[in-house]
Amino acid sequence: MAKKPKNKRRDFLQLSTVTLGAVGTAAFIWPFLKSMSPAEDTLAAGSTEVDISTIEEGQSITIKWRGKPVFIKKRTKEEIDAAKMVQASDLRDPQDDADRVQKEEWLVLVGVCTHLGCVPLGQKVSDMKGEYDGWYCPCHGSHYDTSGRIRKGPAPKNLDVPPYTFLNDNTIKIG
Amino acid sequence: MDKNRKVHQFKNPVLNWIEFRLPIISYFKKEYGDYPMPKNCNYFWSFGALATITLVTMIVSGIFLAMNYTPHTDMAFDSVERIMRDVNYGWLMRYIHSNGAAFFFIIVYIHIVRAMYFGSYKYPRELNWILGVFIFLLMMATSFLGYTLPWGQMSYWGATVITNLFSAIPFIGEGLKTWLLGDYNVGNATLNRFFALHYVLPFVIFGVVGLHVAAVHVHGSNNPDGIDIKTNNDSVNFFPYMLIKDTVAMCAFGVAISAVIFFGPNLMAEVDNYIPADPLVTPAHIVPNWYLAPFYAILRAVPDKLGGVLLMFGAIVILFVLPWLDRSKVRSCNYRPIYKWFMMGFFVNFFALGYVGMLPAEGLYLLIARVGLLYYFGFFFIITPFVGWIEKPSKLPLSISDVYSKNITPNIGGGEKGIPSPAMQKDTNL
Repeated sequence: MAKKPKNKRRDFLQLSTVTLGAVGTAAFIWPFLKSMSPAEDTLAAGSTEVDISTIEEGQSITIKWRGKPVFIKKRTKEEIDAAKMVQASDLRDPQDDADRVQKEEWLVLVGVCTHLGCVPLGQKVSDMKGEYDGWYCPCHGSHYDTSGRIRKGPAPKNLDVPPYTFLNDNTIKIG
Repeated sequence: MDKNRKVHQFKNPVLNWIEFRLPIISYFKKEYGDYPMPKNCNYFWSFGALATITLVTMIVSGIFLAMNYTPHTDMAFDSVERIMRDVNYGWLMRYIHSNGAAFFFIIVYIHIVRAMYFGSYKYPRELNWILGVFIFLLMMATSFLGYTLPWGQMSYWGATVITNLFSAIPFIGEGLKTWLLGDYNVGNATLNRFFALHYVLPFVIFGVVGLHVAAVHVHGSNNPDGIDIKTNNDSVNFFPYMLIKDTVAMCAFGVAISAVIFFGPNLMAEVDNYIPADPLVTPAHIVPNWYLAPFYAILRAVPDKLGGVLLMFGAIVILFVLPWLDRSKVRSCNYRPIYKWFMMGFFVNFFALGYVGMLPAEGLYLLIARVGLLYYFGFFFIITPFVGWIEKPSKLPLSISDVYSKNITPNIGGGEKGIPSPAMQKDTNL
């Protein structure tokens, strides 16, 4: 009987040593893993102000925001109507056009395909715009409509709308 | 400490001095001198040695390139151009390294084809196969990381597309991608870490190759007839026979790679990668390196983001369990009349997948990719287990020597009047 309490003591020591060792190792690894996340200066990439007074109806410009392209498009009447006519429930990523714009004629999008991150075509007059007359991603064939919503192809989601505000009628602040 | 250890005696006293303290000389003598190789091994068995030589070449040329390369988004492209134009023999280092990568994959693909056709993955070499698939995975990761470094258009967009694959994972995908990139898109943080990892992974590969070789030496090499060595008559010593044979293979390989390095160094390069990376413009046509194209074809053949990613990685992971999917005890496809043709079909199919992986995913190409995808997985999940079940293998020779001796009949070859038959000549040569 004298042996049993001794074994228990040893078990306790063994278990507590292993536990403490595991916690210590995890605490040691954490800073290394965390150092790979975006650094403070990367996070503080900030916002961009854009003058939109020179954009004609039907024209679209590309600006750089946090290293990504952002599309700013002044839509035509037909394009707005086409975007509004769609039933949100029929879409892969259901969203009404009204939820994607602040002012009907101005569409602001992050120009990064939600499939694998290419920049879709459709900014230039000569570009392919896809079957829904919005944007077309040449990498794997995703088609977006005049509201930047995914309509056909492998992309799972609509083109993102970045946070933006109208500072006045001629200036948008993105971010 | 083993007091009874028998210390190997050599004539050279220096060797004896070392051997007594570290028995490395007898180790090399045993593993690379007297090591018995099946005497029927053909040139397919030289590709392991070729792969090792190529790995060393890649590491050496890479170290010298790193001495002149700058891993910063503003300077990376220019530093590579400087290597090409101003650094003494920099162009040679870079062409050796870029074409060496392609040849490394050619060699390893042939090495894998060899292992599959002659059943080298079967008992008792399963762990060896698993280590090999692991090396293949590490190679793909390393080549992808390295392709990013020149910071051309294809570097940038290839890195973007591949890292975006991780965003397909539900819930944690976006966060994982950001963590891997160190930014919200491929940027300077990404380039820096890719360079660090690209430098270190080859040494990891080197370590796993060591295990891979040690593992194959435990049970010995497989051979074209897939039967074990039974007597000394079945084998030849590695030194000098196989070393000489591997050297011949190496010379042929040297001629092939030199022809490309000196006469067509950009044959396998993408033109778009000579345009500096531009985050605002995607090239019209993003193509992976040709040696990753079969897997890229699988990715694009699936019209669903997560599904495509899962099948692409699944296509590699499935290789790990091949030894357990194959039910047949016969190793070599030379003795498997049905499976042999499915196996060859698999190779052709893989080649076809690679071909369409380099072309736009539309129309006929997309259809071929989808059929290829079905055959790829069908081969592993249905054909391999099922054929092993129903197939009646041909009669195996009793021993490796038997492969040669049974052919010696007066009716074969020029066997009359003391001229040995071709089969017999082969036997004496070995």
